[in-house]
Amino acid sequence: MATETIAHNDTHSEEAGWKGASKPFKASYGKLMMWYFLVSDAFTFAGFLIAYGSLRFSMPSWPVPDFVFSTTPFNGHDLPLVFVTFMTFVLLASSFTMVRAVQEGHQENKRGVVKWMIYTIIGGLMFLGCQAWEWNKLIAGEHMTIKQNPFGTHIEAGQYLEGDGHFVNEGDTFEAGESYLIHKHDGEWQPLKFKVTEGPDAGMVKEQVKGPKAFGALFFFITGFHGFHVFSGVVIMLIVTVNTATGLYVKRKNKYEMIEKVGLYWHFVDLVWVFVFLLFYLL
Amino acid sequence: MGHLTYGESKKIAFKTIMILAVITIAEVFVALLGKGHLVEGFGINAGVLAALMIIMSAVKAYLIIYEFMHMKYEIPGLVKSVLLPTLLLVWGAIAFTWEGAYWHNSRKNLKEKNEAPVKDVGAFTDENQVKNIG
Repeated sequence: MATETIAHNDTHSEEAGWKGASKPFKASYGKLMMWYFLVSDAFTFAGFLIAYGSLRFSMPSWPVPDFVFSTTPFNGHDLPLVFVTFMTFVLLASSFTMVRAVQEGHQENKRGVVKWMIYTIIGGLMFLGCQAWEWNKLIAGEHMTIKQNPFGTHIEAGQYLEGDGHFVNEGDTFEAGESYLIHKHDGEWQPLKFKVTEGPDAGMVKEQVKGPKAFGALFFFITGFHGFHVFSGVVIMLIVTVNTATGLYVKRKNKYEMIEKVGLYWHFVDLVWVFVFLLFYLL
Repeated sequence: MGHLTYGESKKIAFKTIMILAVITIAEVFVALLGKGHLVEGFGINAGVLAALMIIMSAVKAYLIIYEFMHMKYEIPGLVKSVLLPTLLLVWGAIAFTWEGAYWHNSRKNLKEKNEAPVKDVGAFTDENQVKNIG
């Protein structure tokens, strides 16, 4: 009899203490399982990011991020990190609008939830658009793929013996640790020749060599995996927004818990971006 | 969540997003300054720079998990069951970057040994061979 009373008092009877005396961790089943899914997802992302750190440490040189990520759609070159900072802000803003949607849900304010969810979806789509632009620039413009990486880094100081007609002129000097991009014209790589001016090899003429392959593979797999999470998030948010608008969650009378669960996922995507941003762009 | 009013939680969310934005700007500013993009000839030691970046990112992660994901308002059991397993990742990050640095040294060693001049042991004769083995 007692259990029956609990079941009838609770509007969504399956949730009543998950059929026991009290709810584990005072959280609903769905919310707790979302947390544990995110823990497992964190391990997957960490696997990728730790592989990045490990491979980067193992290489004699690594492309300098300020050089690789220095273009924006509006101005040609030499604005290091500006575009990716913009992307970060887009994602942070969409996290904030998500928090607002959850808060409106707690107020049982249907219109408010729909409004803030739409803002969040727009944020997600903007982020995906930015990422598409960045990938397009790297693949179509600079010919970086998962198998080749034209971004190399000088390990000794020197002076160029020829120019590429764009950014490097004959006679330009460079320091050890500066990155360069090998251009591709008519299907042929055009590595530039240079004279080493310092170190044991001083005086020797060398040619630019491509950077570590792993850079391209890691970049596309990690940002791709993250972008896929953003894409899934946008699809899920579209579904719950339509469900909110049709009044499904009003009937459940649980303060729009579905929005809260989707919110947890969306904040996690933002959280992962904090670390992708740190490893790929800042360090 | 429970004990906060609607107005209070709205205020906290706005404050949190502002702090996150400021930290992000600080990160980019310090990165550009430290690598000498802003002031000619001025740079920050790479190790110090990396430490600063990691600390600022950790603060951002804390704010996202504790405020946006409401971890602050969950009961301790839930918090522990989610956060304690991730300590393994801290170990993983240290262990595998350590391993990466070891590969780096091994590669360098191999390159040096390969490029080192070969010791002249004389012509390949029975007599020499015996001498070298001995």
